[in-house]
Amino acid sequence: MVCLIIAESAIFTIFVVAYLFYVGKSLSGPTPREVLQTPIFYTVCLLSSSLTIHFAGRLLERGRRAEFLAFWLVTLILGALFLYGTGQEWHRLIYEHGLTISTNLFGTTYYSLVGLHAFHVTVGLILLTIVLLFGLAGSVGPEQSRRVDVLSLYWHFVDAVWVIVFTVVYVLGR
Amino acid sequence: MRIVETMQKKDWPAIISRAMGVAVLLAGVLLAAGLCAATPQDNSIPSIFDSHSTPADSIRHLSFFVLGVTGLIFLVVFSLLSYAVVKFRGRAADIDREPAQVYGSTQIELAWTVIPILIVVVLFLATARVIHAIQDAPKPAEAVEVTAIGHQFWWEFRYPSLGVVTANELHIPVSDPVRPTPTFLKLLSADTDHSFWIPQLAGKTDLIPNRMNETWLDPHDTGLFVGQCAQYCGTQHAKMLLRVYVDSPEDFKLWVRGQQQPANEEEKEAAGRRVFERTACLNCHAINGTNGNGRFGPDLTHLMSRRTIASGAAENNAQNLRLWIQNPDAIKPGSLMPAMKLSDSELDALVRYLETLQ
Amino acid sequence: MSSDAIAIQTAEAAGRPWVARLHEWVTTVDHKRLGLLYILYALFFLVIGGIEATIIRIQLMHPHNDFVSPQVFNRMFTMHGTTMIFFVAMPILFGFANYLVPLMIGARDMAFPRLNAFSFWLTAFGGLLLYFSFVGGNGLYGAGNAPDVGWWAYAPLASRAFSPGHSSDYWTIALLASGFGSIGTAINIIATIVSMRCPGMTLSRMPLLAWMNMVMSGMVLLAISPLTAAQIMLLVDRYLGGHFFDTQAGGSATLWMHFFWIFGHPEVYVLIIPCFAFASEIIPVFSRKPIFGYPVMVGATVCIAFVSMSVWAHHMFTIGMNSYANSFFTITTMAVGVPTGIKIFNWLGTMWGGKIQFKTPMLFCIGFLFQFLVAGLTGIMLASSPFDWQLSGSYFVVAHFHYVIVGGILFALFGAFYYWYPKITGRMLNENLGKLHFWLFLIGFHLTFDLMHIPGLLGMPRRIYTYEPGRGWDTLNFLVTVGAFVQGIATLVFVANLIVSYFKGKKAGNDPWDAWTLEWSVSSPPPVYNFASTPRVASRRPLWDLKHPEDPDSRYE
Repeated sequence: MVCLIIAESAIFTIFVVAYLFYVGKSLSGPTPREVLQTPIFYTVCLLSSSLTIHFAGRLLERGRRAEFLAFWLVTLILGALFLYGTGQEWHRLIYEHGLTISTNLFGTTYYSLVGLHAFHVTVGLILLTIVLLFGLAGSVGPEQSRRVDVLSLYWHFVDAVWVIVFTVVYVLGR
Repeated sequence: MRIVETMQKKDWPAIISRAMGVAVLLAGVLLAAGLCAATPQDNSIPSIFDSHSTPADSIRHLSFFVLGVTGLIFLVVFSLLSYAVVKFRGRAADIDREPAQVYGSTQIELAWTVIPILIVVVLFLATARVIHAIQDAPKPAEAVEVTAIGHQFWWEFRYPSLGVVTANELHIPVSDPVRPTPTFLKLLSADTDHSFWIPQLAGKTDLIPNRMNETWLDPHDTGLFVGQCAQYCGTQHAKMLLRVYVDSPEDFKLWVRGQQQPANEEEKEAAGRRVFERTACLNCHAINGTNGNGRFGPDLTHLMSRRTIASGAAENNAQNLRLWIQNPDAIKPGSLMPAMKLSDSELDALVRYLETLQ
Repeated sequence: MSSDAIAIQTAEAAGRPWVARLHEWVTTVDHKRLGLLYILYALFFLVIGGIEATIIRIQLMHPHNDFVSPQVFNRMFTMHGTTMIFFVAMPILFGFANYLVPLMIGARDMAFPRLNAFSFWLTAFGGLLLYFSFVGGNGLYGAGNAPDVGWWAYAPLASRAFSPGHSSDYWTIALLASGFGSIGTAINIIATIVSMRCPGMTLSRMPLLAWMNMVMSGMVLLAISPLTAAQIMLLVDRYLGGHFFDTQAGGSATLWMHFFWIFGHPEVYVLIIPCFAFASEIIPVFSRKPIFGYPVMVGATVCIAFVSMSVWAHHMFTIGMNSYANSFFTITTMAVGVPTGIKIFNWLGTMWGGKIQFKTPMLFCIGFLFQFLVAGLTGIMLASSPFDWQLSGSYFVVAHFHYVIVGGILFALFGAFYYWYPKITGRMLNENLGKLHFWLFLIGFHLTFDLMHIPGLLGMPRRIYTYEPGRGWDTLNFLVTVGAFVQGIATLVFVANLIVSYFKGKKAGNDPWDAWTLEWSVSSPPPVYNFASTPRVASRRPLWDLKHPEDPDSRYE
């Protein structure tokens, strides 16, 4: 998983570099300053899900399955909320501002960077759901703790990437 | 345990042949050097060692230095390797005994780390000097300015301060060391990447869309120098040839004056001119004084002042012009010039008209 | 004992219908079988890539030759480059890594056998997809078939505007698929080496082959990923109307160059480091001495890996970077020469004072050493950026990197074939045919690639389907083509040797070379389970310790 994360980081790095390279180079509008709103609430959701998944992992280690499942579910909901937030923002950009991936350089880089991240969140959510289903079926115990930890490592990575994407897109990019 | 086998018979040919291989390489380098020493007067071989311009000269000096250093390294390491291969070959007599097992030596490792580092530093300093000398050269007031635009698959040359537009054959004045008149080129591209390379005048610089590059030439001999596009740009990359005429200052002035004239108007070729103006020709080509001002293809105002057509792919004569208009693929398959599908009489008139464009 | 095992295995195999055997191979997750699949798959594409090279060389034999049209020529060099890098060199090296790494570190299999199979089939799918472009590349637009954009697919040549039809899509998706396969395999190799070493095998006792494959895998993770990202961007451009590399909408052509070469340069080291590994295993055995300066070799490899990450723009000296950037990439590129030189000296140190046996594997490794030396020195010339302004994009560069890839990588690979073939099949490759193969190939190689430097010095650019007569290139190009044919014949000798020896070769036994690493302690071919009991090692050369109990290596480490 660590190796996968290294490889994934390299991919994200390239997209981030492309985004920064093209900041302010669009030949036509709309520009980030005009249309982007900082998604504070959803960012808090995603970041706090990192905490909840961490607690869930610790609880599982100690064999407290019911509490583990509760925290796991909360993580899942927080992640889904974040994804909803991204979807809502895209909806607004497309229908209100007419910004699509082929509008200008900002659109191309914005949608591919945020989209790549959202894709990873989606993959994470699917994996989280699978674990949740197994958990409800009662087959996740302390002995699976290490596997769950690997998944939670991935989730932390997705969160960490969001911190960078957030900084690049919503702070530096405007 | 060990498979006992005689070795003596097999190692000598090994060494001899390897030495031969290397001898071929060395001979090759010598051949190249020889070729540049005995270059024919017409510069038909665009050897990088046969330089006729300041930037190409500094690169040549640097390259001799680098070749010397690397050649020396090669000789030393090659001799050591050959010596080891010959000296320490397994002999039948003592094949059963293992040699002394040596695991390494810090001193030796240190030596062959430090020496290469020193060599690298020296090479780098020599290189950095030339990078600076070529890239950061100041532009003198007398410099000729040219904008070169790469197209699939031809070159457009514009002299903004002289009001001259031409294609594929660049004319520049020879530069006098006392009062240098170098040529500074702005390099642009209309479509894909290209690269401007006249080996005898300067190293190559790419022409990249949406980006402006610069290079300069400072020739000290007159003559024709050939080169070609050096960055793969599509189907006819191979026939995107480039010719640079280095003229004496007087010849250059004459040439400029000729190019500044509007196109020749001869009443008897008005029929051909009408063909040019009424067919698709004028969408891509410009002739000063007609209503054709397209820029997708070369400017034809002074077509006959150029020795070649189709970016050097064919000699510029009536026969080739006719063939080129009728069926460009016969000369340059995949070029973007369409077959014009003219009738024979139209074609004849058009070619006669083009021939008047001196 | 071992021959009995083989007899039983083959008897079993012969007894079953071929469908069952095929099914077994297709569904296998065994690292040895997957390794062999990788190698066979790569050999198949080696022949195809070789045919493409031959077509290129025939076309260039004479000026204004019209053996093939410019369109076909451009497809040939694009496919030749792409095939040789992504579908020959990468899979063949992964194949050897797959086969050898678990055996050398005393493991039962790779860490993730299923991921291993998945990676192989992804790579295989990528290759088929690339070649399907000959059939399907026409698409709705009826333009082109196989990709003709060069294996760098520089923007904007690979954009919709200049490359209509689907040929470039096939190229992109094929590389994307094989790229994911490579990342999977790289993760697998690292995980295997980190967590599956047998008792006693500390990192400092690991065979150099394992070390170097681990470094190579780390580089794959960092190098292939940018390519993957860039391919995704290209697909966004081509299918969703994005503007990453669209110069009409403010996009940048140089950005693609940067991304491509951030992948492209480390890629060269991804290919050459496993070949260093082969040389580091073969040269000691045939010099009868341990590798000279083991820790330095490991250090130099890691050093090369790091430095090679910061040299990519030396492929771009001609794009008009400022003088500081050019100087920076000059010094970093030259700096790679230092650890590489250290390696050459260490191999020399290994041979020094040894008793060199000139068996075919060793011959190929000696050839590798000489040629790699020359390739390194021409590399130094190219690193000197003003010199590169003349040499870049010319036939000198083509000669240089073929010196690396054929003279270095392919020679080391041939050495590896002759060295490990007995382990893999249980039979020796024919020594006489092997020597014939070596000498023919050596002559052909030098005829082709020594001479190829010169047209570059005389101003001949690469990727041209024809050239003007009278520029001093004619005779040289003719001789280069002759050399290519000699190499082709030599390769046929090699293929014949592989086939003939498989049926008629001398029985190899467990340890035909009197070698020292763990794979030689098991039968040839190794049993499915590799080691009957988990080996335990106490030094870098466990079999030396076993054969020389009076003077074991473990005493010196």
